[in-house]
Amino acid sequence: MSGTSIRFEPDDTFNAFLTVCKRPTHTGGKLAGVAVAVKDNISTRGIETTCASRILKGYVPPYDAHVVELLRKSGAAIAGKTNMDEFGMGTTTENSAFGPTLNPCDTGRVPGGSSGGSAAAIASGMVRMALGTDTGGSIRCPAAFCGITGLKPSYGRVSRYGLIAYANSLEQVGPMGRTVSDVSTLMQVIAGYDRHDSTSLNKPYTHTPHAEIKGLKIGIPEEYFGEGVDPKVAASVKIAIGRLEELGATTVPCSIPSMEYALAAYYVTCTCEASSNLARFDGVRYGPAADTKKPWHEAYQEVRRAGFGTEVRRRIMLGTFALSSGYYGKYYAKAQVARENVRKDFQRIFADVDVIAGPTMPTIAFRLCEKSDPLSMYLADILTVPANLAGIPAISVPCGKADGMPVGLQIMGRHFEDERVIDVAYAYEQAVI
Amino acid sequence: MVSEKDVQHIAELADVGISSGELGTFTHQFNEILEYFDQLDAVKGDAAAIKDLYNVMREDEIEPSLPQEEVLRNAPAQEDGFIRAPRVM
Amino acid sequence: METDVIVGLEVHCQLDTKSKLFCGCSTDYRSDGPNTHVCPICLGLPGAMPVLNKRSIEYAMRVAKALNCTVLHESEFSRKNYFYPDLDKAYQITQYDKPLAEGGYLEIEGDEGGEKRIRLTRIHVEEDPGRLVHMGNAERGKYSLVDYNRAGIPLIEIVSEPDMRSPKEARKFLNKLRATLEYLSVFDSDKEGSLRVDANISIKGSERVEVKNITSYKGVEKALTFEITRQKNVLRRGQKVDRETRHFLEARGVTQSARSKEQEHDYRYFPEPDLRPLHVRSWVEGIVLPELPDARRERFMAQYGCSLNHARTLTGELKLANFFEKVVVSDPKGLSMLAATWIADTLIGELNFRDMELDPVDPESFTGLVRLLKAGTITDKSGVEVLRVMLDQRLKQETPETPAGIVARLNLAKTKGDTGAITTAIEEAINENQKALEDYRAGKAGALNFLVGQVMKKTRGRADPGELNRMLAEALQKREA
Repeated sequence: MSGTSIRFEPDDTFNAFLTVCKRPTHTGGKLAGVAVAVKDNISTRGIETTCASRILKGYVPPYDAHVVELLRKSGAAIAGKTNMDEFGMGTTTENSAFGPTLNPCDTGRVPGGSSGGSAAAIASGMVRMALGTDTGGSIRCPAAFCGITGLKPSYGRVSRYGLIAYANSLEQVGPMGRTVSDVSTLMQVIAGYDRHDSTSLNKPYTHTPHAEIKGLKIGIPEEYFGEGVDPKVAASVKIAIGRLEELGATTVPCSIPSMEYALAAYYVTCTCEASSNLARFDGVRYGPAADTKKPWHEAYQEVRRAGFGTEVRRRIMLGTFALSSGYYGKYYAKAQVARENVRKDFQRIFADVDVIAGPTMPTIAFRLCEKSDPLSMYLADILTVPANLAGIPAISVPCGKADGMPVGLQIMGRHFEDERVIDVAYAYEQAVI
Repeated sequence: MVSEKDVQHIAELADVGISSGELGTFTHQFNEILEYFDQLDAVKGDAAAIKDLYNVMREDEIEPSLPQEEVLRNAPAQEDGFIRAPRVM
Repeated sequence: METDVIVGLEVHCQLDTKSKLFCGCSTDYRSDGPNTHVCPICLGLPGAMPVLNKRSIEYAMRVAKALNCTVLHESEFSRKNYFYPDLDKAYQITQYDKPLAEGGYLEIEGDEGGEKRIRLTRIHVEEDPGRLVHMGNAERGKYSLVDYNRAGIPLIEIVSEPDMRSPKEARKFLNKLRATLEYLSVFDSDKEGSLRVDANISIKGSERVEVKNITSYKGVEKALTFEITRQKNVLRRGQKVDRETRHFLEARGVTQSARSKEQEHDYRYFPEPDLRPLHVRSWVEGIVLPELPDARRERFMAQYGCSLNHARTLTGELKLANFFEKVVVSDPKGLSMLAATWIADTLIGELNFRDMELDPVDPESFTGLVRLLKAGTITDKSGVEVLRVMLDQRLKQETPETPAGIVARLNLAKTKGDTGAITTAIEEAINENQKALEDYRAGKAGALNFLVGQVMKKTRGRADPGELNRMLAEALQKREA
C-alpha cells in the first residue's frame, strides 16, 4: 500500500485494542492521516479479525469490509482493531475472550458493550474516531458509559458487507467520536449505497451539523423514565432536555406501549439469526484446526465448545431452540409481529414530534463482574433495542454525570433522518461546551 | 420448561457442546430466559412488516475470484489445493 | 404394468448462467483446479453477503412458464440450516415456504400409450453446495477433502407430484424435462453432474422411501427398479417397509439405507435476512418461449412427414433435432424420410456404441450419406459401413473423408448391371446349399432369405437385395424345372 504512514504507539492500559497497527499508512482525502480504530468484528484485509473470540484467533480476512475500503479511500490511517464482547454479544465487553476493556473514566467499571474497546480508545484520547457496530445498543451503550458520542445509523444507510454478522436484520456499523462533529464527519465517509449489500440503500450522508433547533418538537416517552431507570440518570437527562427547550424546542409527552415486548422480540430475533450466522465456525476453512482424524460431528463440537465463550454458546442454543421444529411460530414469527408493532408506535409518535429523547442506558456503567446473571444483563438493553427493532437512527451524546460517571442522552429520529438526530445532539453539545 | 436432557439435545443440534458441569446452571438460566420470551404469546396481530424493498438483483457478470492461495491461507489443513475436513462417515 | 407403484421425483438442475447465484465467480469450473472459482461470498467467509443473480431468476421463470406453473406474487429466499463439510455457511440459501412458482405439469408418453400428464408441485431456486472427495483408509485414517468451486452454482429444483407409476415413466419424465430445459437454453446437459435426482417411491398402502444421490438418467430407472423390487420383497415376507432415506450406489445398482444421523434433520428454516423478497409475477407476460419439444415434434410430423416415433426420438434432444433439420435443409421433401430413419434408427445406436457425442458429426457429411442412399448408389448394409467409418474417423480425430470418398475407396458401390458376378454367386450358393433348395421346393419360408444372405456374403453386400430376391427366385424356379 502506497502513501505515508503515521506512528501509532498508544499506552493501552485499558485493553481497548486487540491489534495495534504501529505504522498505519494512509493517503490523502477527507480523513487524511487521521487515526481511526476499527471494531474487531469488521473485516480488515491483512489484519487479524477475531470478533474477540478464540474461534477466530489467527483469522486474517482476504478482503476489506466496504466501510474499511471507504475509510482507506478517505485517507484514514487504520490504527488498530478494538476489543468487544465476543461476536457482539454483551453489554459490557466482559464477554471478550481476550480480557475485558476497562472504562477510562473509572477502571473499576466496564466501558459498556459491545463496542467497549472503540469507546475506551476514544475516551482515553488514543484516537478521535472509531467504527463500532450496534445491534441492540452496542454503540450507544459504551458511548454513554464512557462519555463520548456514538450514532446508530438508520438501517440500510451504511453497508454491512464485511461486518461479521451477529443479527443481520438489526445491526449497523456506525461512527463513534469525541464530538458530534467527529461522528458526523466519519458518517460522511461510511454512509452510502454498496452493491455488495442487498439491504443497502442509496442514501449518502453529506451533512454538516447545525445547531439550530427552534421549533423542534421532542417526544418524551414515559417508558424511558419509568421505575427501571436510575433516578440520578433520569435527572441528568431531564436537565439536558431542559437545555434543549431553552434552545427553542418544545417537549411532548408520549408513550410506546409496544416496548413491553421489545426486549423479548429483540432477543428472540438476534439469537435466532446468530445461531445460524455462527454455525459456519467449525475450524475447517479458518480458525483453530478441527481434528480431521475424528468424525466430523465430533470434531465440530470440539472446536466450537472450546472456541466459543459461555454467553455465545448460550445465545446460539437459545436461537437454535427458538427456530427448531414447532417453535418458529411461537418465537421468531411472533417477534417479527412485535417488531412491527414497535415500528408502528414510532411512526405514530413521529406524526406529532420530530425526535424522541430519553436516557441511553437505565444506569451508569456497572462495576466489573457486577452483572453475572444473563437475564439481568439483557434487561439493561431495554432503552436501546427499540431503535434497532424499528431501524430508526439513534445517537448517544454525553450529558453530565451521575455518581461521578458519564450519562448519555439518547436522541432518536425518523427513518433516514440521521441528519436531524445529529443536529439535535450537536445543538445540545454546543450549548454546554 | 426445558429439561437438562432437552438442553443437551439442543447443544448437540447446534454442535456447540456442553459439559456436564455446566448443564445444571445452563438449564436454569435457559428456562428463566425462555419464560421471559413467553411474553410474546400475548402479542396481537399477525401481519409482519410490509417490506419496502424488492427485486434487489445484479447482472450476470463474471468478477475475479480469489487466487487459490488466498482461499487456502486461513485453512488449517489442506492437500493439493483441497481443504481438508474431518471424515463424513 | 405395476399399478400399485407410486413415484415422485425431485430434480435439481444447474442453471447455465455465467456467474454464480450470489456472487460473480465464473461457473465454468470443471476444467480448473480445486478452489479456484471461489470468493468471500461463495466461500462463506464471515461478513460476506449474497447478491442475487438476475439471470438465474429469468431462467427459472422461463422454466415455470414452459411448465405451466403459477408464479407467486411474492417469493423469498430462506436459510436451510445443517452441518456438513461441503456446506460452508452451514446453511444453504434456498426457497422454503415462498418458492418462485407452484403447480404446473409435464406431459410424457404414458406406459399404456397416449399422453400422460405428470403434475408438478413447485419450482424453486437454490445454491449448490461444494464437493466432497473421500480420502484415506482404515489404517491411516479417513478424512474428506473439499472443493468449493461448485458452492454457489445456481440450481433450479423441480418437484413433481407422485404421479408416476413405473421406473419407465420416471425415465420418460426426466428425459422430457431435460429436453425442455435444453430447448429453453437454461441448461447444459453435457456438463457432468449438472442434473441430480431424488426419488420418492412407495407401494400403495406402504411407507414412502426417499432415494437420494441419483446422478444419471439411466441411474434413475435402475434405482427405481431395484427399490421397487426390494420393497415388494419386504412386503412379501410379511414385513413393513420402513419410512427412510436411502442412497443409490450407482456402481452396484443398489440402494442402501442412509445413516440415521442424516435422517432426522431439523432444518430450522427462516427467511434469509440478507436478501430482499421477489415480486416477479409481472415478468411472466414478457417471457417469449422458444419452440418446445412437443411443438417441435408436431412440426416434424407435419413439415417433414416424420412418424410419431421418429419425431419423438428426434425432438427428444435439442442437439439431435437441430442436427436433423440441418441435414435435410437443402432438400427437405427429398431427404426427410430417409434422414429421419437413418438418424433415429441407426446413427443414435452407432453413437451410443462408441460412447460418442453427436457434436463431432458434421451434418453436411451426413447429408451426403443420405443422398447416396436415396440415389441407390449403395445398399443399406454398405450405408452402415460408411457411417461407421465416418464416425470412427471423427472419433479418432483423423482427417474425415466424404461419404462418396469412402464408397469409392472401399469399393462399396452397388453392383448394378454387373449381373455376371451375381449370377455366378447365385449358382454357387444354390449348389452349395442343396438343403435350402429342397426347403424352398417344400415351400419353407426362410429358404429364400437364407440364400439371399449367402449371395450377399459372396458379393460382399454390393448386390441390391431387391434385385437379388428377384434373380434368386428366378434361378430357383429354373432349378425346379
